[in-house]
Amino acid sequence: MADPTVTVNEMKIREVDFNPEFISRMIPRIEWKALYEAALSLDVVGNLSPELITDYEKDEDFLKEAHRVLMEVEVIKGFLICPESGRKFPIENGIPNMLLNEGEVGDGPAQSEALQEDDSMQ
Amino acid sequence: MLANFTHKFSRIIFSSIHTTMASCRRPEHQAPPELFYGETEARKYTSNSRMIEIQMTMADRAVELLALPEGTSSFILDVGCGSGLSGEALTNRGHFWVGMDISKPMLGIAEEREVEGDLFLSDMGEGMFFRPGTFDGVISISALQWLCNADKKTHNPPKRLYKFFSTLYSTMKRGSRAVFQFYPENSHQLELITSQAMRAGFTGGVVVDFPNSTRAKKMFLCLFAGLLNPQLPTGLGTGSQAYSGQVTNSSQRQRFRNLKGKSLKKSRDWIKEKKERRRRQGKGDYKPDSKYSGRKRSNKF
Repeated sequence: MADPTVTVNEMKIREVDFNPEFISRMIPRIEWKALYEAALSLDVVGNLSPELITDYEKDEDFLKEAHRVLMEVEVIKGFLICPESGRKFPIENGIPNMLLNEGEVGDGPAQSEALQEDDSMQ
Repeated sequence: MLANFTHKFSRIIFSSIHTTMASCRRPEHQAPPELFYGETEARKYTSNSRMIEIQMTMADRAVELLALPEGTSSFILDVGCGSGLSGEALTNRGHFWVGMDISKPMLGIAEEREVEGDLFLSDMGEGMFFRPGTFDGVISISALQWLCNADKKTHNPPKRLYKFFSTLYSTMKRGSRAVFQFYPENSHQLELITSQAMRAGFTGGVVVDFPNSTRAKKMFLCLFAGLLNPQLPTGLGTGSQAYSGQVTNSSQRQRFRNLKGKSLKKSRDWIKEKKERRRRQGKGDYKPDSKYSGRKRSNKF
């Protein structure tokens, strides 16, 4: 397993209405591998497919699992971790703190890319 | 809270003296947003029913200006989401959203109100941290003007504006819109904002609702990400202007306006507007507008 991109100390599961059309449209925007690894870290994998299947738009079971992990799992306390820099962003009260410290506000594209890299949808 | 004061300017310490939203002075001159929207102000802001009404109206209008496809749920970013008031306008229409704000107390209130959106504590001037092409649209209510002030010695407003707009651009799907309701302090600030947005690759303009009413007038910066020939929406309360003999299908035509929302110089619109301005000023004796007004003349003249 790759280094974790999210760690959790407290988690909440909530119920959200299943909207298969919305989930289908969101899937291409996600890095599926990162989502799966995050689900492993949080121990919420269930029946989530490790790979993106073809024709997922028509596979309701696949979409339902994607929906569960994307919409119903909420990290209340924990960390988001940048896979490139290792920088930890604390999550408190369900809200990640992405504020940079004085020395971290960079000029170059390399630095800002690293800061954008770490996210998979919560 | 005390630790926050150690690395800020000394003027910040004076602004911890209570200020009200009814104050005539602009909030962003009094303190940086994360201090202005401290615990007390955040509570007041979110319990003032007039404030709430105004914010909700502006949020509804911003969502309208997004022109999202009907009948589907979109994924929207709310920049400067505060206590989640504007986010609720999105939820009410069946959209999903992510909100970001620099004020922890304001986000705390959003959390308490159990808003549907996912919240992030962040500084918009530090750039966006989302994957490319994530959002179907962006709204922002009364937040953009905060970027124009240097709240720290290290702040460079044009640089922060550019960082914000350029990273925002890449998080948006091609063809999507970002709508910012804001209160520019002066034309210099407006110019600063629009020039950085253009540098970042956006096209668009400013939509002004109720331009003739000091009280009701609202400005929305509408930016298009990767759209070739965007059509800028018309402002509310602008009705039919005082042009006489106006060509009937002119409202269907593309309005090529620069980012200040003004007509291009020497265009038909510009000529008509100038004539009307001078008529109102009582200057000169201009022929009524007709289909010949501003028409291209051949070199024979």
